[in-house]
Amino acid sequence: MQYIALIYSAANSGPQPGTPEFGGYIQKYQEFTAEAQKAGVFVAGDALQSTDTATTVTLENGKLETTDGPFAETKEQLGGYYLLDCKDLDEAISYAAKIPTAKHGRIEVRPVMVFDQ
Amino acid sequence: MLPPFKPAQAIELTIREDYGRILASLVKSVGDLQLAEDVLQDAIEAALGNWQQHGLPNSPAAWLIQTARRKAIDRFRRDATWAKLKPELTYLTELENSQQTVDESEEIPDKRLELIFTCCHPALDQKTQIALTLRTLGGLTTDEIARAFLDKPSAMAQRLVRAKKKISLAGIPYEVPASDILPERLETVLSVIYFIFNEGYAASSGNQVTRGDLSDEAIRLARITVQLLPERAEVTGLLALMLLHDSRRKARQNKKGELTALQFQDRKLWDQSKILEGTTLIKQALKKQQIGPYQLQASISALHAEAKNWEHTDWPQINALYELLYRMHPSAVVRINQSIAMSYATSIKAAIDLLKQVKASTQINDYQPWYVAMADLLDRDGKRDESIPLLEKAIELTDNDAEKQFLQKKLG
Repeated sequence: MQYIALIYSAANSGPQPGTPEFGGYIQKYQEFTAEAQKAGVFVAGDALQSTDTATTVTLENGKLETTDGPFAETKEQLGGYYLLDCKDLDEAISYAAKIPTAKHGRIEVRPVMVFDQ
Repeated sequence: MLPPFKPAQAIELTIREDYGRILASLVKSVGDLQLAEDVLQDAIEAALGNWQQHGLPNSPAAWLIQTARRKAIDRFRRDATWAKLKPELTYLTELENSQQTVDESEEIPDKRLELIFTCCHPALDQKTQIALTLRTLGGLTTDEIARAFLDKPSAMAQRLVRAKKKISLAGIPYEVPASDILPERLETVLSVIYFIFNEGYAASSGNQVTRGDLSDEAIRLARITVQLLPERAEVTGLLALMLLHDSRRKARQNKKGELTALQFQDRKLWDQSKILEGTTLIKQALKKQQIGPYQLQASISALHAEAKNWEHTDWPQINALYELLYRMHPSAVVRINQSIAMSYATSIKAAIDLLKQVKASTQINDYQPWYVAMADLLDRDGKRDESIPLLEKAIELTDNDAEKQFLQKKLG
């Protein structure tokens, strides 16, 4: 079963770029990705640019509307994701707990919808 | 002469006794909780007609399981939404072909432990865990569960449907957790069972002190869990604790329905068979040397049960057990209970100091048991004038009518 692990954290929480801790933090991500790949669980995963760069798009009565910024102005923002192929929710939760941001942020785990043929 | 055979009664009896076992076995073979419930319901309906005509089968449970499996095969074939359960269909069909008739001596594989862990999975909220456990393992109807929660039946039905959908779609496993996560998962299971017990023992609101059915149900669930996990001392500890509490059921309420505190209970009303079973169990559990909070609480309860009266209670040992419990599970509740033991084991002043510390170090401004305990200690210390406002505050914070009356009496 495929699960998406959505990585949320507050903008200035956790190790910040330019600090000595940041290098270790990035390395932990590389290690996690390698572990998930080796176990055959990894399907995809990316980090996202900050929400300052986000553009939100909608069609209002057929007219294109764009807004500068993320869909929801919340303290915790989506910063990246992993797509994981796991046996069950327990396995997905155990991987989510290993994502380095879990220490200061939150990981939302959701199953990917499968459409019948 | 034997009474006339009534299939409806036979079905009801089988369902009451074996519902959890039958359902758990079906979930394993059909691979989906909702589907298992639906086909079991079909089988129960079929049983009514069939048993009326042909008499009761030797093993009603085995009959229900086989019929339900056949109903599942029909649904798999008829309905494309079950396409993802192809392996289950293959398995069921093989099973069906290998046994032409219901094997009377067929052992129903016991999968209730798997089912308990599914129902009490931490990805479900606690109320849902409790409701699902009562529905699937207890065999309670949705209406009964709604009544226990003082919920609308429709809201409860919706909650259960949503939960079963999440179990299926999110891939919540139907398994006993691996040994590294088993202890914390078991803790959730035990807390669900204990919550059910307490809902039955002291309804948090409304005018019924004891909703005994729920307490009985919790004890039954704990017995099953003990039977399935005999090596886990905390499971046995929880069963002992509930039996010991429950032994005082009759003494807790007088004829007018008023609540009676342990101190003033008529000990002749305590159920000695439950006390004997509870104390025997706690002794067995303690021998395993896996000490835990349920065993400690059961030990405290056993000391009360063995005491001739309130004055002759082994307060120093109870005080020490609460201290140990506090170190394992630091909480205001434990300290408040300890203060009573300490007031007899050490001194009233020491107990008052302990309660003052509790108030200073935690956020318990509106915590009713603190006011009850403090008022009592001050009263015993000859400070009636100081105790009265605390008692008034306690009454204000009480939802349960019987307990309110009890406190009002103290106020005089």
